[in-house]
Amino acid sequence: MDVGTFLVQCLNAVQYGLLLFLVASGLTLIFGIMGVINLAHGSFYMLGAYMAFALSPLFGDQFILMLLGGVVLAALFGYVLEWAFFSYLYQRDHLQQVLMTYGLILVFEEARSLLVGNDVHGVKAPPWLEGSFALGDLMTYPWYRLFASGACILLAVALYWVVNRTRLGMMIRAGASNRDMVRGLGIDIRKLYRIVFAAGVALAALAGMIAAPMSSVYPGMGGSVLIICFVVVVIGGIGSITGALVASLLVGFVDTFGKVLFAELSGMGVYVLMAIVLIWRPEGLMGRRT
Amino acid sequence: MMARLNHLLPLLCAMALALCAPLMSPYLSDFVVKVMILSIFALSLELLVGMTGLVSLGHAAFYGIGAYATVLGSGAEGGSIAWLLPLAMGSAAAYALVVGALSLRTRGVYFIMVTLAFAQMAYFVFHDTKVGGGSDGIYLYVRPVLGALDMENRRVQFYAVLVALVGTYGLLALIRRSRFGAALAGIRVNEQRMRATGFPVYGYKLAAFVIAGALAGLAGFLLAARDGVVNPELLAWHNSGEVLLMIILGGLGHLRGAVLGAVAFTLLKEFLSTQAFVGPLADHWQLTLGIAIIVFVALLPKGLIGMAARLSPRAAA
Repeated sequence: MDVGTFLVQCLNAVQYGLLLFLVASGLTLIFGIMGVINLAHGSFYMLGAYMAFALSPLFGDQFILMLLGGVVLAALFGYVLEWAFFSYLYQRDHLQQVLMTYGLILVFEEARSLLVGNDVHGVKAPPWLEGSFALGDLMTYPWYRLFASGACILLAVALYWVVNRTRLGMMIRAGASNRDMVRGLGIDIRKLYRIVFAAGVALAALAGMIAAPMSSVYPGMGGSVLIICFVVVVIGGIGSITGALVASLLVGFVDTFGKVLFAELSGMGVYVLMAIVLIWRPEGLMGRRT
Repeated sequence: MMARLNHLLPLLCAMALALCAPLMSPYLSDFVVKVMILSIFALSLELLVGMTGLVSLGHAAFYGIGAYATVLGSGAEGGSIAWLLPLAMGSAAAYALVVGALSLRTRGVYFIMVTLAFAQMAYFVFHDTKVGGGSDGIYLYVRPVLGALDMENRRVQFYAVLVALVGTYGLLALIRRSRFGAALAGIRVNEQRMRATGFPVYGYKLAAFVIAGALAGLAGFLLAARDGVVNPELLAWHNSGEVLLMIILGGLGHLRGAVLGAVAFTLLKEFLSTQAFVGPLADHWQLTLGIAIIVFVALLPKGLIGMAARLSPRAAA
């Protein structure tokens, strides 16, 4: 592998890893704070991708505006869903949460099939991000992918700032480390839950919207993302944003370079990585020992 | 008298099935075989979830590996049950040993995610590589045989599957009554205390995981012999979700719950996807099934057995 290919693959790995981080951070927070295992989280990614497909003709060139509009819609959707469905799951055991959110996936998939159909769709990148730029003598790299990486970095930094530097973030971190204590200190935990859930949905949907022009929009896309995000959460440690970031990037690199170096067996790489982490630190890289 | 009858009920059901088999239409007989295979699959998971308290969301991997081992082992000439069955159960058990050894290092929600991820890894092996014909799967040209026991013959197949179901049920009933089963129950109720008492908890859980994997492999073997074809979708996580649903639907913690759940879930799915029953909604069976699952788990967390017990407290005693 020459230097140019290596660099391009590194860019791809970072970009894929950051995209995973957007989905996985919501998943890990929702589990860490509310104790809910949410199989339907991948559906929110799918929702985002289909929103990009549905909204892009309306917004035309205004891609950023579309992303913002989509995020607002997704957050509203998450807020309502938490109120109508997920708030009933907190008291139940993991097994019931698994089954009920599994049922929810079926509902979402069928709703998607009813509304948009089962065809594979493409979403066009906005005109001002079309084309590629030269990277060395032979390589080119699409502008849109660079934009995607930039947007993800921006979001990751924003998320880091919110979680580590604001009052809301303080409550979130406190909730992730000791739920009952936070409740005991008089913080409105139900409101906190609703905000975290809506934010998780919005992040996953945003990731889906950003990913849509790069990958196609297809049925069942939520399922594959969900399982990779589980791997990320297991590697990073539940409830840890930093862990999710490190694990996402690791998974991004292993997956991208696996595809280049091993082709056929590339699908297995991330699971081998997970197995190694389980042997070494079963509680995850940044997880707390129990 | 009532208690003894209740005890013998599963055996009586099996005998009734055996007697009725010649009267069944080919379609019905085939349907019953499918449900019996799913019952074995559900029973194998019941050993983990119901008896040991380990919620695995990757059980379909062992089912699929058993089925693939059968087809790959048969090749073009077919093979004998005498070594194909051990091969199927052995491969499933071997993968269960690896997955169990790793995933049992975690617990709770981690365990759910890790088992799901490792099952997905097995799915990718069959889906992406040429080992098992890629995403199209492979055909079984000749079904397994052992003397007069020819799985090519539908009638023989029916009785073979019935015997396997009775055998699995019997084995699990024995495990439940054994010292080993009591230790598993102890782990389910309070793992910390079991460890403090000096039980090698990890070893017990791993043993249960491997046995459950082998039994799922048995179900996979029978499925391959019935369908004559395997594809990667057997290992897909939807299958793991559905089998988990079956044992909840029936009632967790009861062997007959697993069988009842397999029957009820298959019937429910057939019902919701048949035009004659639900009209145009049949095309959208995922929607109705999804809603049914949510409503069911919300209202009846103890399953059909729990509902029966609530309706008639005496029968439950």
